[in-house]
Amino acid sequence: MSILINKDTKIITQGITGKTGQFHTEKCQEYANGKNCFVAGVNPKKAGESIFGIPIYGSVKEAAAQTGATVSVIYVPPPGAAAAIWEAVEADLDLVVCITEGIPVRDMLIVRNKMLRKEAAGGKKTLLLGPNCPGLITPEEVKIGIMPGHIHRKGRIGVVSRSGTLTYEAVGQLTEIGLGQSSAVGTGGDPINGLKHIDIMRLFNDDPETDAVIMIGEIGGPDEADAAVWCKANMKKPIVGFIAGVTAPAGKRMGHAGALISGGADTADAKLAIMEECGFTVTRDPSEMGKLIKALI
Amino acid sequence: MKIHEYQGKELLKKFGVVVPRGVFCQSVDDAVKAAESLGGKVWVVKAQIHAGGRGKGGGVKVAKSLDEVRQYAGQILGMQLVTHQTGPVGQKVRRLLIEEGADIRKEYYVAALTDRTTQKVAMMASSEGGMDIEEVAHKTPEKILKVFIDPEDGLTDEQAATLAKGIGVPAESVDRAVAVLKGLYKCYMETDASLAEINPLILEGNGNIKAIDAKFNFDSNSLYRQPEIVAYRDLDEEDPDELEASKFDLSYISLDGNIGCLVNGAGLAMATMDTIKLFGAEPANFLDVGGGATTEKVTEAFQIMLRNPKVKGILVNIFGGIMRCDTIATGVVEAARTTHLAVPLVVRMKGTNEDIGKKILSDSGLPIITADSMAEAATKIVAAVS
Repeated sequence: MSILINKDTKIITQGITGKTGQFHTEKCQEYANGKNCFVAGVNPKKAGESIFGIPIYGSVKEAAAQTGATVSVIYVPPPGAAAAIWEAVEADLDLVVCITEGIPVRDMLIVRNKMLRKEAAGGKKTLLLGPNCPGLITPEEVKIGIMPGHIHRKGRIGVVSRSGTLTYEAVGQLTEIGLGQSSAVGTGGDPINGLKHIDIMRLFNDDPETDAVIMIGEIGGPDEADAAVWCKANMKKPIVGFIAGVTAPAGKRMGHAGALISGGADTADAKLAIMEECGFTVTRDPSEMGKLIKALI
Repeated sequence: MKIHEYQGKELLKKFGVVVPRGVFCQSVDDAVKAAESLGGKVWVVKAQIHAGGRGKGGGVKVAKSLDEVRQYAGQILGMQLVTHQTGPVGQKVRRLLIEEGADIRKEYYVAALTDRTTQKVAMMASSEGGMDIEEVAHKTPEKILKVFIDPEDGLTDEQAATLAKGIGVPAESVDRAVAVLKGLYKCYMETDASLAEINPLILEGNGNIKAIDAKFNFDSNSLYRQPEIVAYRDLDEEDPDELEASKFDLSYISLDGNIGCLVNGAGLAMATMDTIKLFGAEPANFLDVGGGATTEKVTEAFQIMLRNPKVKGILVNIFGGIMRCDTIATGVVEAARTTHLAVPLVVRMKGTNEDIGKKILSDSGLPIITADSMAEAATKIVAAVS
């Protein structure tokens, strides 16, 4: 097992004909069972055509109906990305992974509230990962997103982070010391997003093939603190925690739109303190995340 | 992106929020003319810089004659205004706002911002206007009222009235406060703001509700569809190095230390800065070269880092994913040659084509120090500069 995706997941790519979509779709197809997992693309203007042997449909709904796909990944450029998310939600998919960076925050606010309304009215709940995220991977089964596949190995450690390269850093360390990953998930650097640390920790807690988790966070927002409090009461597995941005000045957006200190609880020190209080093994040295996990299991 | 107070008031006015009559000017003579044209007996001379805390720093003065307007405008224009938000060097004042005086009976606080927890727009209001709202939130959190708004519904009259009454707006002025709150909300949404704050919002003797200050911040992701907001951009208020970096699509922020760092990815860039600090030095900057770094981009990044005279060494930390280590290595060698690099350089590379990248570095004949882990890289650069 693993979380959210495995070798049997069937995936639709939205924005498959754009430059970024093409580049990453090819890489995802090459990885593990990718050839069988990526079953459809969407572009209303190119319906009926195909790319890399993947058929293109006019809409997500049609692609899902024709192929049985339950997950989509979005590379659509920022102005149309929120609409692409909504299209996937309206098609009742299980999971939408939005890679796109730079979506207007107002568009995300509107689509997230529409999603909540749909659920409240009894509609199907579609999970959203991202936007502005690297995606997720279950090593040696399937990768959905832009992470380098070759650094991953199948194993029993979960990894969750907002940042892409910091996730790779943790994954690289685990692979190097002979521990692999059950799944590695990037929740994204935007202030308004879908799945958060707490949701991913819940899934890792319930996954019988995950023994321990590396949880990586950064300055800005309440996600890490919320997850820490939940873990204190519920998590049965050891956690190593790291927060980036101890040296980040207040009031400056540090690359990610969501990485901004606007109050005391946003700082790395405050988050490290609450994680420690909640029983995490926290470190201020990102080079030792892997070693610390090894010592815990 | 931030804008000036006078620009924020222009926006508020468009959305029906009453603001004092005022004139923006850039010279002492124009300031006096502005006061004359406004008429009355009392004027406020306000420094226009992007940082808060202007009053405490001496950037806001009440003038009771045209001579005083001339005197204060002369003092403020051109001064290095130091506030708790500018840093010790301060910010040079190049623009003034001359406003009519206001008959202040009570000061309130109102703001709109995006709340990450509820994923709604939060409208906040407080009876404690004119104060630092962080301090109010800390000491008397019960004095800050909040309502959360689903953008599909917008701010309702009932919600706005609840806030207005809750902060003690007198009954006869509640309708006017409701109009201000609804205007503020609409302005926030339509301009793609990430913060819109009026502090203070005042009650005048005649029952009017007026915005005495205006602070805005805008979502950078939305600027492509907000040409009117982009036109408000004042490059004088921005860090010249950060501005130069943004032209090359580099995300750069100046810091106070002496070790320049060049990293791919925002999270890893922050983690690299933290590791430098952990091993006893301070980072000179945040710099994310992004996913599509080319030789030109890396060279430009080196030039921007080296423009800072405090930089005594450089640490490059790359986790190659889509971006290959050999591309970066070629860029680093090229950049070191072009800039005639005279400070120690430590390079740590992992991931895609790591071995080819390392070979390019060692074949270059340049005195590049390599490292395997972030900790090792930080230890080596700290040792090299001390």
